[in-house]
Amino acid sequence: MDFESLYRDERPRALATLIRLLGDFDLAEDALQDAFAIAIVDWPARGVPKSPRAWLVSTARHKALDRLRRARTLNAKRDEIARTVETVVAPAGLDEEPFTDDLMRLLFTCCHPALSPEAQVALTLKTVCGLSVEQIARAFLVPPATMAQRLVRAKGKIRDARIPYVVPSAEDLPPRLQGVLRVVYLVFNEGYAATTGASLVRGDLCVEAIRLGRLLRELFPASGEAEGLLALMLLQDSRRTARTDAAGELVTLEDQDRSRWDREEIAEGVALAEGALRRGGALFYPLQAAIAALHAQAPRAEDTDWPQIAALYALLLRLHPSPVVALNHAAAVAMGERLERGLRLIEQLEQDGALASYHLLPAAKADILRRMGRREEAAAAYERALRLVTHEAERRYLGRRLREVGGAP
Amino acid sequence: MRYLLLIYENEQAFGGLPEAEQGQIFGEYMDFSRSIRQSGNYVTGEALQPTTSATTVRVKDGKTLATDGPFAETREQLGGFYLVEAKDLDEAIKLAARIPAARTGSIEVRPIMPTPPVD
Repeated sequence: MDFESLYRDERPRALATLIRLLGDFDLAEDALQDAFAIAIVDWPARGVPKSPRAWLVSTARHKALDRLRRARTLNAKRDEIARTVETVVAPAGLDEEPFTDDLMRLLFTCCHPALSPEAQVALTLKTVCGLSVEQIARAFLVPPATMAQRLVRAKGKIRDARIPYVVPSAEDLPPRLQGVLRVVYLVFNEGYAATTGASLVRGDLCVEAIRLGRLLRELFPASGEAEGLLALMLLQDSRRTARTDAAGELVTLEDQDRSRWDREEIAEGVALAEGALRRGGALFYPLQAAIAALHAQAPRAEDTDWPQIAALYALLLRLHPSPVVALNHAAAVAMGERLERGLRLIEQLEQDGALASYHLLPAAKADILRRMGRREEAAAAYERALRLVTHEAERRYLGRRLREVGGAP
Repeated sequence: MRYLLLIYENEQAFGGLPEAEQGQIFGEYMDFSRSIRQSGNYVTGEALQPTTSATTVRVKDGKTLATDGPFAETREQLGGFYLVEAKDLDEAIKLAARIPAARTGSIEVRPIMPTPPVD
């Protein structure tokens, strides 16, 4: 019996249902932990129950009651919980549907806009993915005590401000689902391109994010955005191991060894991206996935369909305007051999000022100037980028480029 | 559950509006108050005089210290409040979003802490 994968598969839905039954995140997590501790002894001896999830919920429910009884501070609130728990339907009556509804409730509560983005990410990783406080703290490079505090505060706000444990109404669902997808993409990006620290890739977070992406696609089969996000993450993840060389140095898309790209992830990502695009609509993630798919399908860097990528960025910019999308659009225009026009777009962004502290703005400008052979101006722009960059591997990359155009870092 | 909806707005910007516009906004507040009375969400609500009339009071070493002005000088000032009854934060947020100042300023939503009644 593969207890670990069973734990991973059953835990999120069982926990989501327990939180609804018990009305308390901590009590539900502790009680489910108790139930797993029993299962690990009981199941190998007596066999896995017919419905492991129902068994876990039922056992955890009893353990929660034990915990409530043991707690001497039985106040009115706890009595009320205990009564609710006792009147809950028998486990035999628990079929698949309520479990899935509960998992949606859990996701929407963890990703509620009234919680800070950091808290949403931490809470999702803790409850839905089942990561420990230590694991989450390590991934986000904060002390465990800080992360624990963040989780306590988030759960406190859910309780005190009464953030409801519900799936939003049809009218509120699209923006709220977009919020959940944003949290998942935040997790992925934190793993893919760590903003600080020495390790460029913290792959575990990418694996968790893709697992969440698959779950969301399963829960919301009608959502093109969910399909597009999974496609985007798979396509980016296909390049994960090729992004750094043996010495841990950053390798840009242009210079990557494309034989190291994960073909399976590309095939799945491309198929999903095409499916998501066919649904139509002004979709944020499918458009980005389409751009990633074009990169993934180019056998060599020089085969990249830059005009098509620039056109997709132009569309993305019109539907979902942001300075970062504008920068990507400018860079794609320049790569499509319209260097002058790309440079003009970047200069407009500089005047705009929204990206004043973003190192990739001068880095992109430097890159275009280097390609145009304007070495001195390129060196000045690389120097500006170096003053803003925080990531070590990116700093070394920019330093190498600066030396190439004759500057001294 | 009860929530306090605190209305923050730049009071100078409001004071600088033409009278007709001020009147229109006043009318919107009347409509909103009437509507949440009918829906049963309304507990109470008041508008405040501008912060130029505010006094901040502290007691240090048994001495009362009263100073002119609001607790904190900020870009937006507390201009009024509603106390509402809502089933959860989602409903409270929906109510807050309908307050006219939500478009020009901001509304802070604070759950009321349950306390035993005072005899």
